[in-house]
Amino acid sequence: MALNIIVCVKQILDPEIPSRDFRVDNEKHEAVRGSANLVTNIFCENALETALQLKEKSGGKITAVTYGAESAEDSLRKALAMKTDAAVHILNDGNLHPDALSVAKVLAAAIRKIGDYDLIMVGRESGDWGVGQTGGLLAEELGLPSVSFVDTIEVSDDGVNLKRQTDVGFDRFAAKTPLVVTITNDDHNVPRIPKTRDIMMSSRQPLAKWTLADLGVNTDEIRAGNGYYEVVELFIPVKETNCEFVDGDTLEDKVDKLAQRIIEVTGAM
Amino acid sequence: MNQVIIILFAQAGYDRAAQGVAGAGRRLAGELGAQLHAVVTGSPDEAMQSAVAAVADAVTVADDVALASYHPELYLQALTQICQAHQPQAVLLSNDFYSQELAPRLAHRLGGSAVADGLALHVHNGAIRVNRSVYGGKAMATIELKRSPAVIWLRSRAFDPAPASETSATINQATLDLSSETPTRLTERKVEASEEARLEDAKIIVSGGRGLGGPEPFKELQKIADILGAQMAASRAACDSGWVPPSWQVGQTGKKVAPGLYVAIAISGASQHLAGMSDSKCVAAINIDKDAPIFKHCRFGIVEDYRKVVPLLIERLAALKA
Repeated sequence: MALNIIVCVKQILDPEIPSRDFRVDNEKHEAVRGSANLVTNIFCENALETALQLKEKSGGKITAVTYGAESAEDSLRKALAMKTDAAVHILNDGNLHPDALSVAKVLAAAIRKIGDYDLIMVGRESGDWGVGQTGGLLAEELGLPSVSFVDTIEVSDDGVNLKRQTDVGFDRFAAKTPLVVTITNDDHNVPRIPKTRDIMMSSRQPLAKWTLADLGVNTDEIRAGNGYYEVVELFIPVKETNCEFVDGDTLEDKVDKLAQRIIEVTGAM
Repeated sequence: MNQVIIILFAQAGYDRAAQGVAGAGRRLAGELGAQLHAVVTGSPDEAMQSAVAAVADAVTVADDVALASYHPELYLQALTQICQAHQPQAVLLSNDFYSQELAPRLAHRLGGSAVADGLALHVHNGAIRVNRSVYGGKAMATIELKRSPAVIWLRSRAFDPAPASETSATINQATLDLSSETPTRLTERKVEASEEARLEDAKIIVSGGRGLGGPEPFKELQKIADILGAQMAASRAACDSGWVPPSWQVGQTGKKVAPGLYVAIAISGASQHLAGMSDSKCVAAINIDKDAPIFKHCRFGIVEDYRKVVPLLIERLAALKA
């Protein structure tokens, strides 16, 4: 059975940015981009990779969808370069860090508009705000079942067989489609690097651009993006940065101090 | 009366994670002037029943045969029905994978809001606010939940356990109406790490990184862990190289831990790793590079080749512990 797969992706501030370069805007409650790159969230790329492998094995069609600012088109171009079949950009012209329910409502409306779908895949959480709710809320908005932390998917006679990670091992499910899954990383879904030729080609491929008005959602509510929760404060915590380097005349003395400090801390627990 | 509901899984018992959830629930209930109501899914043993009855004001056990082991759709149905019957102001869960899977969907079904991975809770002008770590631990955010109930999953070890009282709450059985068929069918549940406690629950963690250069040195680190009663962990580099199992990985794409002591050995402290452990109460590091970012998060450390330090450290710790 060839599946119609929709993969939702998010563009984020590069999470590898070193702490010393990281600043926040205390009024807007968001990170200051500075010279940092914007990248596709890693778990979204794991989802794209999982979808591409599924298609290579069992056929089907993959549509990448994002809800984001103008710049988020880059994440879709990369998805196309990885060889997804289609891409849809819903332009966010309101709150650029909307709450999870606003995101789920927009994605659900877009997915209904796309219409033909068997499997919806999202990353387990994002590397910026780490909200971890898009998949679950999307399933509820669409009235579909859902399984989280999936790392392996195979097509079966009437749906898919899934393997997902748990705290102590894994679960396997036989699931009927349509279904929403959240994808986590595993040895098997390390995202492929697109070929240079495919990157060049991707800039000329068709990419649908939709506005919130095209989706029939409550645009005022969605643009405000804070009816579910609101960020009231964002700050960089003051950490104890004064590392005490153990001293001593010899290495033995230093290690002895280190051992004593460790025993002090563990003894006080 | 107003309620704060805590959701516990019988299969896990009244473990440290459950104790942290109960502790957070008790303090939040105090702030809200609410009752603490524990909901236990599955069939709790006697030890768990009495422990939970001693910390909560009310206990509901959802001991339906369909809930004997976790299933996402059935657990969601059961918890939705129980919460709807009691109209809580807040619903608290731990941050295990099953709770994370349930919480957003439960919030949606109850018309409430959910927030992930809470490190602290408080009430501000009647609204529930949650502190959580964002941007891979580089920043802290305070989030206000706008709908009720507030469904929050917690980094449960960050919360002290609830005090037990002399009196025991009555244990009620939930009346449920669950579907006989679900679109997802569990075909296998594999427990790979049953002997080991969860890394997230560890009090002490000894962790190794790329600088170790191979799998062999982890055996030496294990000796330190054995002396301290610690669990072992590793950075992404060490896991990706296949030196240790992927389940050991701490970091943004691995486990997020907050132990009382985190000993980082030959770990430079890339953002990816810091995202998983920078909430540790005390970090100690052994690293050859004095400029390694890990030292910015350390209470104490030593700038030296781990190969020289580790054998001496094993000896000294063993002597001090003896």
